[in-house]
Amino acid sequence: MTNDQRFGLARSITLPGPLRLDGGAQLGPIDIAYETYGTLNADRSNAILICHALTGDQFVASTHPRTGKPGWWPRMVAAGKPIDPERHFIICANVLGGCMGSTGPGSADPINGLPYAMHFPVITIRDMVRAQAMLLDHLQIATLAAVVGGSMGGMQVLEWAATYPARVRSAVAIATAARHSAQNIAFHEVGRQAIMADPNWRNGNYYADNAMPSAGLAVARMAAHITYLSEAGLTEKFGRRLQARDAVSFGFDADFQVESYLRHQGISFVDRFDANSYLYITRAMDYFDLAEEHGGRLANAFVGSDTRFCLISFDSDWLYPTSESREIVHALNAAGAAVSFVELSSPFGHDAFLLDVPEMNRVVDGFLRAGL
Amino acid sequence: MTLRPDLAIIAANVASGARVLDIGCGDGALMAELRDRKQVDARGIEIDPLNVSLAVARGLSVIQGDADTDLSYYPDDTFDYAILSQTLQTTRAPDRVLHELLRIGRRAFVSFPNFAYWRVRWSLLWSGHMPVTAALPVSWYETENIHQLTINDFRTFVADHGVVVENAWFLSGGSARRIGPANANWRAEHAVFLLRR
Repeated sequence: MTNDQRFGLARSITLPGPLRLDGGAQLGPIDIAYETYGTLNADRSNAILICHALTGDQFVASTHPRTGKPGWWPRMVAAGKPIDPERHFIICANVLGGCMGSTGPGSADPINGLPYAMHFPVITIRDMVRAQAMLLDHLQIATLAAVVGGSMGGMQVLEWAATYPARVRSAVAIATAARHSAQNIAFHEVGRQAIMADPNWRNGNYYADNAMPSAGLAVARMAAHITYLSEAGLTEKFGRRLQARDAVSFGFDADFQVESYLRHQGISFVDRFDANSYLYITRAMDYFDLAEEHGGRLANAFVGSDTRFCLISFDSDWLYPTSESREIVHALNAAGAAVSFVELSSPFGHDAFLLDVPEMNRVVDGFLRAGL
Repeated sequence: MTLRPDLAIIAANVASGARVLDIGCGDGALMAELRDRKQVDARGIEIDPLNVSLAVARGLSVIQGDADTDLSYYPDDTFDYAILSQTLQTTRAPDRVLHELLRIGRRAFVSFPNFAYWRVRWSLLWSGHMPVTAALPVSWYETENIHQLTINDFRTFVADHGVVVENAWFLSGGSARRIGPANANWRAEHAVFLLRR
């Protein structure tokens, strides 16, 4: 098993498809870029799928090839952590529509060999999950010990449990929602309009140019990044402190530390992310409404499910507030599913799920151990 | 592990293999006992996030929630037993909570501290202050017990609501010593009732 070329770092597979998308289009062939960590046990029962968030990728626990930074979830996925390659076989794949090797708007359209750009079909969270299921078929993993994710990753977790209940023994959905609210859609629309207003965007046909719509994508990232933090967190981290100066400049430089920080977030983001992928993935999130997929009643998504659920929210997260998690919990209760839920306290807003919250680790660790 | 006396009585009287909702489950001690000894499918609701994380870390299905607001989301007859231990007197609307217990559970265990216990009466009579006892350990302004009640109050309460008392246990202070029903209202520090519709 250890020499299986399907397993390891920086893997990629081309699946013939076609994948029939929620939007009606057929997509194929499909590339899926993924990584695995740890060893699949003899009865193939220790596999955990990690689902990444909007701007995440498959490099959950290894160095990012473009930024050189460590994996994005070191506090959850590492030796001695709740998801541990010593005990678990861990899979993380770049989502469909992404820009780190899985098929997305920057990939070549087989019809003409040119990048899909805006000819890429609009995809949904369920389409992403279906593509992941195709990857698991390829890896010959029938059932997952757990599917784990935060934010958009949490949406995929819920979609996994609803679409493939027999393949998911435990589901951990952190800082997420069963549908995108008007406020969530509104913030995404600001980001998309910023990208489309960049003259370099050129209706998405910028791949052959040297000029990317970097300014628009950076603004989109800056606006979104504010929603991942909290007022208290921003105040604590920056307050009204000035950036490398003693007085305001009476100009439009980044006088304030918070401005400098956001500009840095925007500029560093464009080095690792594709603007069209940002459009498509935010659209998939906006379209997400798990209840609507099940006759308008969220509980219907989970009726008869044997999956164990664990939901976690954070009190300072105003992007995916606790009320959204509670709605999922109430639906799971109504469906008779086994569910655990806790709202944890953290000053870090939505981003808390990526940061050091020992209580979160204790809950996830206990929950996962009880299911294995 | 030693369970609190009222919980030990409940644990001893829940049928094996039952489906149970423990409302105000704390760190899940009773649920774990029921799961491990009686193969009970136990679910819990707990208001304190630290307790929830302790219970989930034991592998229990516990949600952070509030007896006053979260019971309405469970369908009728979801559980064989709904358990409300030392919590009724902390709810905003005990009558509504009782109704919900017996809607989602076919039977309900309810335990509470008895405010007519003789030490409580004596303390109030002698000192003129709100009693602070082993069962009621904090001052009036700190207590979560916003609806103090006596065993006789509870008997009237369930009779008025058409609820059947299937069994009752009355405990003296400190030990798990049982008190007979006739003298319970002044001699028992704790009561456990098993109710059904």
